[in-house]
Amino acid sequence: MTAYKRVSQARAKGRATTACYIENIISGFAEMHGDRRFADDASIIAGIGRLGDIPVTVIGVEKGKNVKERGLRNSGSAHPEGYRKALRQMKLAEKFRRPVICFVDTPGAFCGVGAEERGQGQAIAENLMEMMTLKTPIISIIIGEGGSGGALALAVADEVWMLENSVYSVISPEGCAAILWKDGGKAKEAAECLKLTAEDLLQFGVIEQIIAEDEKIYETIKQKLIHTFEKNSAEENLTEKRYMRYRKLGEIQ
Amino acid sequence: MIFKKPKNTLEGHGKFSVFSRKNFDPKNFDEELSVECLKCKKSLSSSELADTVYVCPYCRYHFLLSVRRRLDFICDKGSFTEFDSDLTSSNIIGFPNYEKKLRNAKMESSEQEAVVCGKCTINGLAAAVFVMNPYFMMGSMGTVVGEKITRLFEYATEKNLPVVGFTVSGGARMQEGILSLMQMAKISGAVKLHSDAGNLYFCVLTDPTMGGVTASFAMQADIIIAEPFARIGFAGPRVIEQTTGKKLPDGFQSSAFLLQKGFVDDVIDRRRHKRYISRILKLHAREVAQ
Repeated sequence: MTAYKRVSQARAKGRATTACYIENIISGFAEMHGDRRFADDASIIAGIGRLGDIPVTVIGVEKGKNVKERGLRNSGSAHPEGYRKALRQMKLAEKFRRPVICFVDTPGAFCGVGAEERGQGQAIAENLMEMMTLKTPIISIIIGEGGSGGALALAVADEVWMLENSVYSVISPEGCAAILWKDGGKAKEAAECLKLTAEDLLQFGVIEQIIAEDEKIYETIKQKLIHTFEKNSAEENLTEKRYMRYRKLGEIQ
Repeated sequence: MIFKKPKNTLEGHGKFSVFSRKNFDPKNFDEELSVECLKCKKSLSSSELADTVYVCPYCRYHFLLSVRRRLDFICDKGSFTEFDSDLTSSNIIGFPNYEKKLRNAKMESSEQEAVVCGKCTINGLAAAVFVMNPYFMMGSMGTVVGEKITRLFEYATEKNLPVVGFTVSGGARMQEGILSLMQMAKISGAVKLHSDAGNLYFCVLTDPTMGGVTASFAMQADIIIAEPFARIGFAGPRVIEQTTGKKLPDGFQSSAFLLQKGFVDDVIDRRRHKRYISRILKLHAREVAQ
């Protein structure tokens, strides 16, 4: 499959969103709203629930399932208050020793006047720093689009997984094409150049595994999460390992 | 080739007169030249500009400053020791024309990469220092930039040294794909460990500081100051105008705007930087590990 086909699949209408994963994997989910500073960002769903027997914190970017919901959710482009809501829930997870699951599906952090005024860059920067030393296990799963800094702000984790038809990139193929060839229409070529498929990222060591998109996907993810958290909760050097996970990426001898 | 204008892929330049640079490039001044200030249009001589660290004496417009000139101004004479000057980028994801771009960037900037790291003293106070390079692919952050800054923070953590940084960047380097994005996380981790060990990180944001650099180490310092008239933000102005369909107000994403919104501690004229930084370092002085 070509890289751009993966991009189209990752963005396809009708593709399962964060809400679907929460519904099928987590029992007794209680959503928690707001960043306690400015507002509640509907682009990000956060809350607590149970994964099998394990109490967990779940945070995910939600694009919305239909046109109306997409409007409400800003198509999964979060504002600073969304990232701050996520961080607030992660801090609570640390306090109550709950593992954190992040679902990533975003074209990118929102580019707008309000987002800049309220410190989009600062909000993402703070998440990167705090997640690196959060004293509880974190697993991030790219379920659709992993759009640049807006995706990374929920993907500093002990392990990052990708669905087989998801993508994760430093810039959108359209943005890349516009810069390279002054032609956003050449997104297909740009998608190839960017090496943004799950296979590419597995090869670079940026992700730990690729999850097949078959009919058992929810059960597969659930079992993998339970297994990994059971393994990680006994881990003593969790944050050191997390640091080393990123430390070795792009390391130069 | 040497006199070629640095390729600036940032959006919006030229639209706002304060931010436009045209063909002026102060690093190329070896002999007495006359230059028009890009903001107030007054005629300035190159020696006059060198005396003011490339700040217009009439309107305080801050010209782009090369890494070496900034280091000469900030570090005590002869105190700077460079680290990892031999690290160079390669085309790790096989991106089209990246080798050529790197070759040109090296030639245009006379530097190996978009950041210079090292240690120095500033009015007698020891510090680890990084200065980003506007003439090398607009200071974009790839794996070498990530690695050099990470190593600097690790060194400073080990030695209990403060880090003083100067940012100028268009953001993450597209040509190294996802591995550029990962440098944001990598550096953030090193900054956090340095911070948790009780060390000071002081950062100066200069024009322009955008994208993935803003969304990581530029905004993670304990004390953040900005140069006057700098553009600092996450998204480029053209992208925001396209997304929102509205024209942006004057001064949007300027250092004064960030000060007003509460994202920088102060806006300080470049000519005062050395004195200001040494005063801050003195207030945070702690024992340096041997």
